[in-house]
Amino acid sequence: MNFDFSDDQKLLQEQARKFLTDKCSRKLVRSVLDNNNNQYSKELWQQVVDMGWTATAIPEEYGGLGLGMLELCVIAEELGRSLAPIPFSSSIYIFAEFLKAYGSDEQKKQYLPKIASGEFIGSFAFPETKGSPRANNLNSKVENNKLSGKKLPVSDGQVADVLIVAANSDNNQNHNSLSLYIVETNQDGVKEKLLDTLDPTRPSSEIEFNDASCSPLGEKGEGWSMIENILNRAAVLFAFEQVGGAQVALDEAKKYSIERYAFGKPIGSFQALKHKMADMYVKNELAKSNAYYGAWALSTDSMELPVAAAGARVSATDAFHYASKENIQIHGGVGFTWEYDCHLFYRRSKLLSLNLGSIRKWKENLISNLEKRNIT
Amino acid sequence: MDFNDNQKEADFRVKVREFLDKNAKKRASSKSTSANAAAPETLRGKEAQIKALQDAKIWQAKKAEAGFAGILWPKEFGGLGGTPIEQVIYQQEELNYFVHSGYFEIGIGMLGPTMMVWGKDEDKVKYLPKMLNGEEIWCQLFSEPSAGSDLAGIKMKAEKDGDEWVLNGQKVWTSGAHFADYGMIVARSDPSALKHKGLTYFFLDMKTPGIEVKPIEQISGSSNFNEVFFNDVRIPDSQRLGNEGDGWKVSLTTLMNERLAVGDPAGLDFDEIFEITRDLEVEDGLAINNSEVRQKMADWYVQSRGLKYTKYRSITALSKGQTPGPELSISKLVTASKMQDVSSYALDLMDMGGYVLDEQNAILNNVFQNGLLFSTAMRIAGGTDEVLRNIIAERVLGLPQDTREDKIKPFNELPSGK
Ligand SMILES: Cc1cc2nc3c(=O)[nH]c(=O)nc-3n(C[C@H](O)[C@H](O)[C@H](O)COP(=O)(O)OP(=O)(O)OC[C@H]3O[C@@H](n4cnc5c(N)ncnc54)[C@H](O)[C@@H]3O)c2cc1C
Repeated sequence: MNFDFSDDQKLLQEQARKFLTDKCSRKLVRSVLDNNNNQYSKELWQQVVDMGWTATAIPEEYGGLGLGMLELCVIAEELGRSLAPIPFSSSIYIFAEFLKAYGSDEQKKQYLPKIASGEFIGSFAFPETKGSPRANNLNSKVENNKLSGKKLPVSDGQVADVLIVAANSDNNQNHNSLSLYIVETNQDGVKEKLLDTLDPTRPSSEIEFNDASCSPLGEKGEGWSMIENILNRAAVLFAFEQVGGAQVALDEAKKYSIERYAFGKPIGSFQALKHKMADMYVKNELAKSNAYYGAWALSTDSMELPVAAAGARVSATDAFHYASKENIQIHGGVGFTWEYDCHLFYRRSKLLSLNLGSIRKWKENLISNLEKRNIT
Repeated sequence: MDFNDNQKEADFRVKVREFLDKNAKKRASSKSTSANAAAPETLRGKEAQIKALQDAKIWQAKKAEAGFAGILWPKEFGGLGGTPIEQVIYQQEELNYFVHSGYFEIGIGMLGPTMMVWGKDEDKVKYLPKMLNGEEIWCQLFSEPSAGSDLAGIKMKAEKDGDEWVLNGQKVWTSGAHFADYGMIVARSDPSALKHKGLTYFFLDMKTPGIEVKPIEQISGSSNFNEVFFNDVRIPDSQRLGNEGDGWKVSLTTLMNERLAVGDPAGLDFDEIFEITRDLEVEDGLAINNSEVRQKMADWYVQSRGLKYTKYRSITALSKGQTPGPELSISKLVTASKMQDVSSYALDLMDMGGYVLDEQNAILNNVFQNGLLFSTAMRIAGGTDEVLRNIIAERVLGLPQDTREDKIKPFNELPSGK
């Protein structure tokens, strides 16, 4: 049995942690938080590109490094720890994975090298309404190769050079109508508007398409199943970001509770707080172990992926939510201030948990995939 | 990452399987079957219990002969001198068979290792092989009416009289004392010393005059633990383990091994409740189609598998020859509450039929009804939930200890309540 990352992967993790401690300070995270026009840290993005991280899991023939998904998991955990304000997940976990899985050779040649080199940022435009995306509330449509419709919210939409857009390819608007399209944003038919969101360190936009040029990705009418597959893959990577964030939230709660005194002693000696932190530790360890299993399934293209991804996602979402909210509680009043960093984790936790669909939806995915596995 | 054995591990697994196939009955593949076989601890009726003990002794002898009873034990005491990973492999395989070694776990897992560290050579040779092959069963006489979580608070009196010690007082919750041949005991030899300094540790024959064992009836109606009364019980000084006053240190050796010894109890987990949700109906059809049920099931699944994969992480460290991290400290804490919650929810799904306990009429025999009762013990024995959280907070996370008067005042000046 070898249920651990390799020595090389651990070395990568060590380097990544050092690098981000140095380059992705809280000050840098806050520069994006405090400035509405600063939609991501261009400086950090460029450095991450220079490190080769954007190229990690892209095949060599398309300008990548051709390393595996495990390396990407390692990087994800570190990006999660540092709250990195860059469009890495949109471009790499989602856009690049769509292209790798469903792009034609020509499409891969056209986009993957640019994604790997950081020249292009990619993202995914899926929901359109306030609720959960479903066949009957997705109205975007492609007619005569022209896309029209409005998407909201689109992560990193304002900075994306190219998008995968989910839109109907016929008038039926049923389960077999949804298809995927590649759309470049630098054209007249695409208009972006930045949205106010819970986590301004990872902004989102509303995007309107008016007869925009687009090219189909993958099989027509297969939109839902392609999305499901890529969201499963992304769920594992998101889980690593969440695990990273949850660990730092616990570390910061612990540190504060040792330094802060009340009633003549460090608040960390009060059992009510100790037990909270013990519970954080329990949830974090469970999440980490479930994420490892997801990493294994992702890296081996296992049939287990849907179950493993949902398990990782549910566990990591639960852990980060708990750690980030109780971290505020352990800080008391200062935990509610803009000045202290607690809210950065609280915001990021909720953002990550909603980005790929809520925990209740992933619990449902988990059970329905277990049922499927039981039948086969 | 992979889940495969290396060559040495694979060879060992083959040997284990050969042994088990030849000597034990295999369970059907469905996991629920394992839950069906009630652990002997939950058997009711004296005869059933005696029979279960006899069967276990016969099995233990075979296991010891093949070397699998003490995989981690040195060869000189009948062990295999094996590795932790081999121990894990054996446990994984044994779970697939109808055998029970629970009676011997406290001895082999905790008390034997204590004797190995603190005992005299002639005693090790005399007692350890018979402890291993099930011929002699040992019990752990630690807890008292006034001291459980706070073990160092025990009051059992140990007074030196020439070459002998005289024990007076009471132990409680002693699992297996009613059939045990020997016991290990910690007692207070100096009440005027600090709480942790005035203790001394011994082993003794349970037939020594003056010992009286009274079974305690448990929640489940069966009796596996006991009150044990000591009335001028005389034991020779040669049965002391460690120096006079070093009892706490010796106890820690025993307790350190407890976490390793207390394995996961078989059965009653996500898989069992998943199975019944596909049979039972609730107001809107099959339970498994109800969205509230599905949400809860997902929580238990990630706890269950999260623990399993946590164990895999530790096994990986072991198989690389490294010491596992503290991650396994979460195991009993999560398992016990999960078992209680799963049991309780399963009974809710059974609704008005949920409280029927008799095996013929209860769903999946009566694992959930028994689980509801037994899980309460799991949350207490071997460190309560609260004590385990304290341990995680203080030893794993490094949070400050509470200020404790009992560390700075002599024992006989400390307040004691009920
Ligand atoms: C099935 C079973 C088998 C057992 N077998 C044996 C055996 O073979 N040998 C043996 O010696 N003992 C045995 N025990 C005893 C067991 O070790 C004790 O019951 C356990 O340590 C708890 O002690 P207690 O019962 O005195 O409860 P207490 O220590 O009085 O605890 C009562 C409550 O107070 C809480 N509490 C106590 N201290 C703290 C603290 N510092 N912080 C927060 N909360 C605290 C506890 O968590 C618990 O909720 C067994 C118990 C059970 C249930």
